[in-house]
This record gives sequence, structure tokens and C-alpha cells, in this order.
Amino acid sequence: MSIKFVVGYDGSSASEAAIAFAIKQAKLCDASLVVAHVLEWSPYSFLTKQEVEERHRRRKEELSRAEESVMKPLIAKYQKDFDQIEGVIRYGNIVEVLMSITKDVGASQIFVARTGKSSFTDRVFGSVAGSLAAHADVPVTIIP
Amino acid sequence: MSFSRYSAALGALLVFFTLHLPGSAAAQSVDEQVNAAFAASTGWFVSLIFSPFPGTSFPWIVAWLVVAATIFTVYFGVIQFRGFGHAISLVKGDYSDPNDAGEVSHFQALATALSGTVGLGNIAGVAVAIGIGGPGATFWMILAGLMGMASKFTECTLGVKYRNEYADGTVSGGPMYYITKGFAQRGAPGGKVLAILFAIFCILGALGGGNMFQSNQAHQQIAGIVGEYPGWITGLVFACIVFAVIVGGLQSIARVTEKVVPFMGVLYVVAALIIILMNADKIGWAFGQIFEGAFSGLGVAGGLVGALIQGFKRAAFSNEAGVGSAAIAHSAVRTKEPVTEGFVSLLEPFIDTVVICTMTALVIIITQQLTVDPTTGNYIIENGAIVTVTGASGVGLTSAAFGSAISWFPYVLAIAVILFAFSTMISWSYYGLKAWTFLFGEGKTKELTFKVIFCIFVVIGAAANLGPVIDFSDAAIFAMAVVNIIGLYVLMPIVREELTSYLTRLQSGEIKKFK
Repeated sequence: MSIKFVVGYDGSSASEAAIAFAIKQAKLCDASLVVAHVLEWSPYSFLTKQEVEERHRRRKEELSRAEESVMKPLIAKYQKDFDQIEGVIRYGNIVEVLMSITKDVGASQIFVARTGKSSFTDRVFGSVAGSLAAHADVPVTIIP
Repeated sequence: MSFSRYSAALGALLVFFTLHLPGSAAAQSVDEQVNAAFAASTGWFVSLIFSPFPGTSFPWIVAWLVVAATIFTVYFGVIQFRGFGHAISLVKGDYSDPNDAGEVSHFQALATALSGTVGLGNIAGVAVAIGIGGPGATFWMILAGLMGMASKFTECTLGVKYRNEYADGTVSGGPMYYITKGFAQRGAPGGKVLAILFAIFCILGALGGGNMFQSNQAHQQIAGIVGEYPGWITGLVFACIVFAVIVGGLQSIARVTEKVVPFMGVLYVVAALIIILMNADKIGWAFGQIFEGAFSGLGVAGGLVGALIQGFKRAAFSNEAGVGSAAIAHSAVRTKEPVTEGFVSLLEPFIDTVVICTMTALVIIITQQLTVDPTTGNYIIENGAIVTVTGASGVGLTSAAFGSAISWFPYVLAIAVILFAFSTMISWSYYGLKAWTFLFGEGKTKELTFKVIFCIFVVIGAAANLGPVIDFSDAAIFAMAVVNIIGLYVLMPIVREELTSYLTRLQSGEIKKFK
């Protein structure tokens, strides 16, 4: 079975550095890479009636925007140098989704940047990197 | 026409009102005029809805709701108890496909629907019921809440099954849609006429219970804190905020309310529990009063029947089971199985009536707000209502009850009432709008017309007296139930088919848990 790595990507330059590092590691052991972009979403948040009505349409728009303006250009950029790379977009809690993707694709390692886009919330609620390191079933590489 | 031009138009309207009402005396007379005109124009409608069976004092509409809830309970094999655990599992997300993340979850649908129902009905309505019907009204209220769970299950399942889905991904649903489509599917006549009638009553309900009653009670609260002043001023302020949200699209205000209201709800229940526990020795006595009063009336006006009528009326007004409004709210949820939304919705009357309303009732009874004649042991009645210690009724009675145990709580309660009132108004503006667009079609100008009318009624509600407003609010909401329940009777076999098929697949393991 081929080796797979999962990399978390949130659009920040730190997470791009994580991808670059993961590619280096993947090349060394002939692994393939799954770049995961997670749209933060809680099924327990409160919505107004208007938002409930429009949610399905909004979700479609958000997914296509993420696909067209985030994932496609990103994959295209790295594919020139490394073709064993694919992207997934999911909704949910970042840590939970990264762990679930890792399980689904059978990945053996997760790569994430130390700080994401929101360093303030990281400080208040704990960072994605910290939570992953504490809870993931596979080794987690945190890129500074 | 742009939003700014409409804002300018509304601003001009406000200036007109202000210029023509320079002093407090003139303003008071406007309040009185609004009240008199309102009572005169809605009196016939109220009498029709609440007319009693010949030779009795029992309003036919109360029987209508009780019989319907009983029939649904029996027809679906006490689904409110059988399906309670499954409803909790659905809300917890046990059956939610992770690939559907990002869509509205069952929890969100329930929370959004609850924010429309948990509100003044739970605070003011219960106090009104106990003030007139005595503690016994609580028993009938709880019973109505438990039975109403089956009505809610039926209407919300149908709401999802027969909703309209548009090309852009938005949906519209509710009794007007299931009555039209469901009747056509079953070959039953009159679907279109009933749907139109429902839509008309829904608009009236939105303007009455969903709007005027709310702004009226919000004004009473503010006046209770800052002192008496003309109601139309509160009305104008509220109208402007509502206008900003529903016309100006300031969803951020609505979003803040949606987040604060659940916290207020929890705070309310916690405060009630604290007061009840502080008086733990009286809990047994309070339940004794509730059960005794339910069957003897404990000397209140109308005795047993009086307690029962009040209990059922206020329960229906609070949880809206059988009214059809929840079906509009729940229909927007994306689910492959309409019946799952039915299961989730049956929790609504439970949370709203069986839990929150009972809390209010227990606090009022335990803190002994109702005066008793020491010689007879019966409640002292004046003008058809029990005399309270502070002389307050409605929200004032609940506030006095909480204040007697936690002195600062009336201030928290006042804020809660205002927020609940606002949240309920926003919810009902949505229900009313859905009925309006069903009648007149979708379109910016048509929608704006309704929204402006809605804002005008906010002002009228705050300026009018409680009596005529509460009567009209009740009448309009119960009129919705008349039409909706006819629809539910015709369509309940379809719900049963859905339920049987779903339960069979659930047992066979075809529908599986994801967690």
C-alpha cells in the first residue's frame, strides 16, 4: 500500500510552508500527499431563519469558491514539481476533520503549520497543531 | 428602489408622527385612539374564534386543539414517547452523514424554531393562565404540551415533505404548501382555498401574536423600569430596529439575538430552578395545588373548566403545536427523510411547555404570589382573575415572583423579555412573509410591502392596551390552527406511511448511525 501524508492548509503562508516541507518528505519515501482545506463549521451554532433558508445555496457557493480560488490554483502550483498531490475540501471542526481524513485515506502522518490564520484564537482556545499533537492517532509534524 | 430611499421614507414617516404628537397628553390620546379603533375593528373576529359551545362556557377552539392533539397521539401510537429517544439521537447528530456537514443540522433547525416559540408565552402567558385559571391551569398546560408534541410531529414532517425547492437552492414550505400539494396528491377537494385561508390567518397571526403582543409586552417591561411613557415611542424604536433587520438585511442584529436568546432561556430556567430548590420544602405542596386545582379549580372563575381552558389556551399560544408556524421554520432543513424533522420538532413543545412553562408556573406558585382567603382557603377573585400579592398580572406577575426570591432578577427578566419579544418578532416576520409571498408571489416590492406593514403594527401593538391586543393575538393564531388541523387530518395517512417506512428501515439497519 502506498504511503500517504495529510497536510492542513488554511490559506496562510505558514500552511504553504507546511505543504512545501511535506512534499520534501513525501519525495524521500515515495509518498503521496492529500492537502486538506477545512471550512470551519459547527452543527451546534445558532442560525437565523433567513440563514437556515439560504444555507444550502450558501454551502454550494462556499464550496465552489474554495475549489476554484483556493484548491485548484494551489494544486496546480505544486503539481508541476510533484504530481502525487490531491486536494480535499470539507466542512467541520479543523482538528476532527483532519483526523477523519487521515483515517479515511489511510495516511500515516499529518503535517500542519504551528500557527494558522488566527493566532489570537489559537492563544485563547489552543491551536490546531497543539490539539492534533495531543489527539491524533498518527505522528504529527508541526512546521514552525 | 434602494434601501436608503426606503429608510428615508420611513424617516419621513417618523418625523410626521413626531411633529403631530408634540406633547405627552396628545400622545396619550393617540394611544387611547389606537386602542379604541383596534378593539372595535377586531372584536367580531375574536368573538367568532372564542365563541363557546351553546349553553356552556367552553370555547369550541380549545376543544378543536385538544381533540386534534389526542387523535394524532393515538393515530401515531404515542409517538411523543416512543420517538423521544430517537429525537434526541437525531439532534445530537448520531444519524448525520459527515459528508453533509455545512448543511443546517437538526440541532440548528430545532434551535431556530425554538427561538420563535420560547418567549413571552413562557413568561407572560403562563402568568396569565395561572392568574385566571389558578395553579390547576399548569396541569392542563403540561398535558397540552405533551399531547401537542404529536401535532408538531405531524405538521413538521409534512412541512419538509411538501416544501418548494427553487433552482437557487432556497426552499419555502409550511401548511400552505402541504395543504395545496398534499390535497392534490390525495385527490381531496378544497386544498387551494384552505391554503389561501391559512396564509391569510398566518399574516394576521404574524401581525398579532407574533408582533403586536410582543411589542406591547416589551413596552410594559421598559415602562416598568423607567416609568410610564407613551407606548408609541417604544413602538417606533422597535419598528426601526425590526425595519433595519428585515428590510435593511442587517442579519448581524438577528444573529446576535439568535445567540443571546438561548443563553437567556438557559439563565431563566437556572434562576427558576434555584428559586424552586430554595423552597424545596414547598415543591410537594405546589404540585398538590396544581393537581387539586386541575380537578377542583380551587374556587377560581369557571372551576375545573376555567383552569382547563386557560391551560390549553396558553400552552397552544406558547408552543404553537397545531398552529402550523413550526412547519414553516422546519421545512428549510435539508434531510433525505422528512420524518426525521418530525421527530426533532416533537422536542419543541416538550422544552417550551413541559419544561420552561412549568418552571414559570412553579415559581409563581411557590413564591405564593396568589392571595388566598384564610377563611375559605380559596383564592380571592376580583374581576374574573385571582388577586395577586403585588397586584401585577402577565409579565409583572412572573417578575414579582422571581423578584421575591432574587431581588435583581426582574432587571434580567426585563432584558430577557425585550430580547425574546424581538426574536419572536423577527421569527414571525419570516412566517408572515412566507404566507404573503404564497398569496402574492415572490418579488422585492411585494415583500417590502409586507415588511413595512409589519413595522407599522409594531407601533400599534406598543400603543394599544393589553386586553384587545392579547385577544386579537390569540384569535389570529388559533384561526391558523383551524385551517392547519383540517389539513393535518386529511394528510395524516401520508405521515403514517413515511413513519412506518422510516421505522422499518431504521430497525433493519438500512438507516444507520454515523457516530
